[in-house]
Amino acid sequence: MTWRGRDRNAVKDLAQEAGLFRVRAAEGFLIIAICLAVLLARYAWLQVLRHDEFSGRADENRIKLKPLPPSRGLIYDRNGVLLAENILDYRLELIPEQVGDIDEALQRLGKVIAISADDRDQFEALRKVKRRFHNIPLRYALSEQEVSRFALERHRFPGVEVVPYLTRFYPHGSDFAHVIGYVARIDSDDRERLEEARYSATTHIGKTGIERYYEDLLLGDVGYERIETNAEGRALRVLGRVPSKPGQHLRLSIDANLQRATVAAFAGRTGAAVAIDPRNGEVLAMVSQPAFDPNLFVNGISRRDYAALLNAVQRPLYNRAVLGGYEPGSTIKPFIGLMGLRLGLRTPETTIWSSGEFHLPGQSAVWRDWKRGGHGSVNLREALAQSVNTYFYGLAVDTGIDRMEPEMRAFGFGAPTGLDLTGEPFGVVPSRSWKQKRFGKTWYPGETVIAGIGQGYWVVTPVQLAHALATLAARGVSHPPHLLLSLQAGIDAQPQPVPIAADGPPIVASPEMWDAIREGMEAVMHSPTGTARAFGIDAPYRIAGKSGTAQRARRRGNQEYNENTTPEHLRHQALFVAFAPTDAPTIAVAVVVEHGSSGSKAAAPVARAILDAYLLKPKSEMSP
Amino acid sequence: MIDFDLMARLEYRLAHWLKRPRVDLALLAALLAVAAAGLVVLFSASAEDPGQVVNQTLRLMLGFAVLFVFARIPPTVFRTWTPWFYAITVLLLAAVLVFGEGRGAHRWLDFKVVRFQPSEFAKLALPMMVAWYLHARALPPTWRNLAVCALLIGLPAGLIMDQPDLGTALLVLASGAFAVFLAGLGWGRIALIVGAAMATLPVLWQGMHEYQRNRVRMFLDPEADPLGNGWNIIQSQIAVGSGGVVGKGWLGSTQARLDFLPEHTTDFIFAVYSEEFGLIGVVAIIAAYLFIIGRGLWIAANARDTYSRLLAGSISMTFFVYVMVNGGMIAGLMPVVGVPMPLVSYGGTSAVSLLAGFGILMSIHAHRLRGR
Repeated sequence: MTWRGRDRNAVKDLAQEAGLFRVRAAEGFLIIAICLAVLLARYAWLQVLRHDEFSGRADENRIKLKPLPPSRGLIYDRNGVLLAENILDYRLELIPEQVGDIDEALQRLGKVIAISADDRDQFEALRKVKRRFHNIPLRYALSEQEVSRFALERHRFPGVEVVPYLTRFYPHGSDFAHVIGYVARIDSDDRERLEEARYSATTHIGKTGIERYYEDLLLGDVGYERIETNAEGRALRVLGRVPSKPGQHLRLSIDANLQRATVAAFAGRTGAAVAIDPRNGEVLAMVSQPAFDPNLFVNGISRRDYAALLNAVQRPLYNRAVLGGYEPGSTIKPFIGLMGLRLGLRTPETTIWSSGEFHLPGQSAVWRDWKRGGHGSVNLREALAQSVNTYFYGLAVDTGIDRMEPEMRAFGFGAPTGLDLTGEPFGVVPSRSWKQKRFGKTWYPGETVIAGIGQGYWVVTPVQLAHALATLAARGVSHPPHLLLSLQAGIDAQPQPVPIAADGPPIVASPEMWDAIREGMEAVMHSPTGTARAFGIDAPYRIAGKSGTAQRARRRGNQEYNENTTPEHLRHQALFVAFAPTDAPTIAVAVVVEHGSSGSKAAAPVARAILDAYLLKPKSEMSP
Repeated sequence: MIDFDLMARLEYRLAHWLKRPRVDLALLAALLAVAAAGLVVLFSASAEDPGQVVNQTLRLMLGFAVLFVFARIPPTVFRTWTPWFYAITVLLLAAVLVFGEGRGAHRWLDFKVVRFQPSEFAKLALPMMVAWYLHARALPPTWRNLAVCALLIGLPAGLIMDQPDLGTALLVLASGAFAVFLAGLGWGRIALIVGAAMATLPVLWQGMHEYQRNRVRMFLDPEADPLGNGWNIIQSQIAVGSGGVVGKGWLGSTQARLDFLPEHTTDFIFAVYSEEFGLIGVVAIIAAYLFIIGRGLWIAANARDTYSRLLAGSISMTFFVYVMVNGGMIAGLMPVVGVPMPLVSYGGTSAVSLLAGFGILMSIHAHRLRGR
């Protein structure tokens, strides 16, 4: 025992410790041996005494549970027009265990039914996650010809079956592409996040739009069939079933007729339009042009078709109405005007002199009116009617950017509106802190000037603009925009209204102030000086509107805008906002036409067409 | 061209190594036998998927490589680095709670290049730390020592429990408790501590996740929900029971084939084994496990210092917990807890950490006191 002295702890008795350990180890081993003996006894009990019973139950296990897919909920417009339905189709399925040599079988099968490389890839991916005796889909949406051709050759393909299934169909094609979105085959990314059991019989999942946002409601609950199988697992007969529960039917606030009229009003031009009922925030139409046919995606879009959509210059897959960021331009002026009244900086009667040029004290920079020589003496009404920049330059400077920001945010600019579609961006309300965060630079007074006419750092989406306008039309009551109106458990079930997000904080102003803004916007359409009088003059109802012309907001840093160096496709976004009828507004619409010549010329007629389609429709269609 | 010179040198090295091996050949043989049995049953359980068998073989080879490397490192080196290793493990466990990812539970740390579960580290770090602490103290431990040990054990075990990973938390807790037990804790005190632990069970129940509670409820009455949570328990017992004395033979498991048995390559692989090889196979493999544990304790008893003794003993006894919890779960003796059957269940990290532990055992064996 030469060890003792080397240890730090003098009281340690190493020999005694080693002895103690041996006792403990022996005791431990004894306990372990006893425990394992108990474990063995349990196995002996299961495997000897209860062997017959469990053998019987193992045989009974030939009864398998086959999952039954739920049928996906249907989607209707507000008047009951079907927008997404399920139709019967046929697909080809393989059971690898029964097929044997899969490569060889696919080779032969390819001569009967066309199988693309895409189909092969999808099939191989599924083969990796499914078990050998499960059905794996190979081709979807077989034509009648293909089904009958396979029926003749069927005996040559054991383990290959033609199976009927319900597939999604969008009867209106591209008209609702950006609202409804589409479903497509579940891919490996989806598989990562979905609940395996709920999708055990389901092959498709909502990828975009309403189909994605309300996937949980639309999906339904999987059912089971108890099937007796032989030893190889082949079905012999059905013993019982728990039917699947179909998904909820959705009724949207969209008006199909208005939606189609909106698409038609664009007449092939690129842009977006959103129409909202200012009384409740219901989205009546939402269009992004150009669009695409969502039916292409349902049963697997070919690589070529997909590449064509993805690479098209006009970006048809891009939902401009929700995602597109634009400079609001002069459409911001009614909001700036109201800000001046609310802060007590202006009264409706205050007049300012427009000389055509605006200066900041002590600076040489010039900001201009659109009309050479200016508009002369104008009050708020005329400033809106003629879109007098100088009025709003001065007002913005008097307000200051720090007071302007919260006033604009109150209308919902600079934040997602809460619309029930994924991916809504924030947009930008110009502010010192935003610029500091984004560019690390301080604010220049000149940037306040152009912020007053909706230029500079401003970024708004068509949905934000429509929502802000609806709030203005509702005299400050802010209803969050939404697409889902009600749910139905089945065709005959009573519609269940869905809970709607609480109203935002109201914007308080006196009736005189609201009237002043409304009158100014009415003058845009109906007075001899209004910038859009050509599109208001013959209207059988009163419209409040405002045009805007701006570049697409994509500028970096604080570089000055130079029309000559800006690429064609980045300038001249034509905007128009309008609500009607002015005495009791039932619709507020925001329109963007990309590459339009100007807001009053390119976007105003689209807005007018939308208002006409909604307000002048025959009475029979009015009530749902 | 064959390099005869090289061949001769290799032959010489092999002969030399066999004469004075740094590893305990009996223990190594038992580990290899169990691992081989695992691969055989994995081929059947995976529906004859060679990919999984190759994967598992590679992992086991990595594990045995780690074992041989660890066997060459003297226990004093392990002891020196123990507090650092422990501290890093606790930090990583804390990091997992903050940055971790994984389905449902946060167990993984993703370093872009490597992804791993720090809780696997804890399986070694914890018994090492307790052994390190007790090494410098007079034994048997005082209440004060016990309180420190409880802290050392409770911190990582709590963090793992929070992930939540009940199975690993249990293993880590047991490895620490065994070190304390082997240090000579009196039976009176053990009774007191176990009693106190029993008293806190209701508190533990409150702290458990709903799925964990469901597993315990199902264990108590599996037939209540035969298609839901009780499914695993019933089906694995059917697999075991239908195997009988001699089993259905290799590749003969219908329970796994027809997809009735869940997780039949990982946590429930022993059910497939029992179904195919019957009671005879079960007795054989349990005997092998008991031999590994006994041999490990024998190595521990002959170790040269307290640290080595406690560590080797704790690693051996923890191995028993794997067998008991997994085997008990499959036979319906214990609730469903995510503990693998050691060296048999498919899955890499636990096999590597287990074999690393046995590497330390081998090192302790190689550095034992000789000629006493």
